[in-house]
Amino acid sequence: MTLLTLSQVRKAFPNGTVALDGLSFGVGQGEFVSLLGPSGCGKSTALRLAAGLLEPDSGTIDYPDAKPQIGFVFQEPTLMPWADALANARLPLDLKRVPRADADAQAQAALARVGLEGFEHAYPRELSGGMKMRVSIARALAARPKLLLLDEPFAALDEITRTGLGEDLLRLWREDGLTILFVTHSVSESSYLSQRVLVMTPRPGRVSADIVLAAGRDTRLSPSTIEAQRNISNALGLAAIE
Amino acid sequence: MKSALNIILPLLVAATVLGAWEWAVTHWQVPVYVLPAPSAIAAAFAGNFSSLMGSWLSTIAVTILAFFFATLAAVSLAILFSESRMAERALYPYAITIQVTPVVAIAPLILIWVGYDRVTTAETLIAAIVAFFPILSNATLGLKSANFDLIDLAHLYGASRWQVLLRIRLPTALPNLLAGMKTGGGLALIGAVVAEFVAGSGTATGLAWRIIESGNRLEIATLFAALALLAATGILIFAALSLLEWALLRRWHESAIGA
Repeated sequence: MTLLTLSQVRKAFPNGTVALDGLSFGVGQGEFVSLLGPSGCGKSTALRLAAGLLEPDSGTIDYPDAKPQIGFVFQEPTLMPWADALANARLPLDLKRVPRADADAQAQAALARVGLEGFEHAYPRELSGGMKMRVSIARALAARPKLLLLDEPFAALDEITRTGLGEDLLRLWREDGLTILFVTHSVSESSYLSQRVLVMTPRPGRVSADIVLAAGRDTRLSPSTIEAQRNISNALGLAAIE
Repeated sequence: MKSALNIILPLLVAATVLGAWEWAVTHWQVPVYVLPAPSAIAAAFAGNFSSLMGSWLSTIAVTILAFFFATLAAVSLAILFSESRMAERALYPYAITIQVTPVVAIAPLILIWVGYDRVTTAETLIAAIVAFFPILSNATLGLKSANFDLIDLAHLYGASRWQVLLRIRLPTALPNLLAGMKTGGGLALIGAVVAEFVAGSGTATGLAWRIIESGNRLEIATLFAALALLAATGILIFAALSLLEWALLRRWHESAIGA
C-alpha cells in the first residue's frame, strides 16, 4: 500500500535555482527507501517537500491515507543547547501539549531505545557527536511517527559511529514497522540499509533509477550487498566497484 | 586559586593606588578642595552617611525602574521585529534615532513635557531611553539567530508562533539579551545621573545632585564620596547582571561555562 506519492514535482528557489523538476516516486507502507544522489541534486528539498515544510511550485505530494505523524532527522543533530537530552527528546510532545508525565515517559523510552539510558539529564554539549545524533533520533521517535524522514543523518559522523547508528536504525525500522525515507550520498549506506534505492540526477533533480534491492544483504560485506553497491554505482554512472 | 586571584589582584591594585594617593596628598600638601585624601573622603562618607544613602536610594530607584521599563520595551519591540520584517523596516530607523540623539539634548524637553512636579517620572524616562537601544539591538539579533531547522521541526509538530517564540526563539536569544542587559544596566545608571544633572536644583534628590551641590560648596571630599558611591553602584549592577547571566547560562552556553 502506498503511503506517499510525489508526482511531477517542480521546485525552484527565489534565486532562480531549479532544485527539482519532474520528480516522481512513491513510497510504500513499511518500506525503507533511500534517496541517493550527488551533492546539490535536491534530495533535502525533496524530503522537506514530503514533510510539508516546503510547497512545490507544481506537481503533487499526496498521502493517499491521511498524512501520518512524521519524524524528521536533520544532517546536524539540531538540538536545543539550553535543554537536556530528555527535554530535547520531549520537544514534539511538548509542542503537541502532551501532559508532562506522559511526555517524560515517552521521551525517556525513546532515549532508552537509542541506547541513551542514564543520559536523560545530560546537556548536548556534554554528549559526543554520535550521542547527539541519537538524541535527535529519539526526538523523532518520541512522537511515535509512522513515517521517518532522515536527511543525511550520519554524514557528519565517523565510520564506526555511523555503522552503529545504521544498525540501530534498521532495528527501529523492524521493531516499529516504520516507513523510512532516507537521504544519503553514500552508496554503501544505501545498499546495506534500504530495500529500495532511488537514484537522482544532478540538479534539477529527478529519479533516474529505481532499484529494488535483493534480499540476503545480512551484513555490509555479504555478496548481495556488494552486488547491490555495483548496481547502484552503475545507475549513478560511477565506475563499478570491484 | 583562579577565583581567589580574581578578587585579590584588583584589591591589591586598589590598596596600592589608595596608599599612593594618601601619601602624595600628605607629602605635597595638596589642598583638600583640589584633591582630598582617601581618608578624608572616607570621613566625609561616614559624616554624611544618612543623606548620601537617601540620595543613593533615589538614584538607584530611578535606575532600576528605568532598566526594568527599558528591558520590557526593548524585548517587546525585539519580538515584534523578529515576527514581522515589515515592523522592523518601519520602526528600526526611529529606534536608531533615539540611540544617536544625545540624551542631554532631549532631556530638558522631556522634563518640560512630563513636568517638574513629576521629576522622578521624567528621570526614569530619560534613563530608560539611554538603556533601551543596546537591549533592543542585542535581543533582536538573538531572536533572529534561532536555528531554522529547529523552527521547521516545531512547525512539523504543529507549533504555534507563540510556542516557537517561547520554546525556541527566546531561549536562543538569551545570551544576546543578557549581554544587552549588562550594557543597558550601566547605561540606565548613567541616564539617571544625566537626568538629575539636567533636572537641577530644587527637584532632584539623587547622587548627581549631591555631586553638584558639594561642588558648589567646595565640599570636594563629599563630592568624591558621592562619586565613589556611584562607581560602586555601577559595579554592583554589572555584578548582579553577570550573576544572573551565569545562573541562566552556566549549564549550556560556552560564555558561562568555566566562568
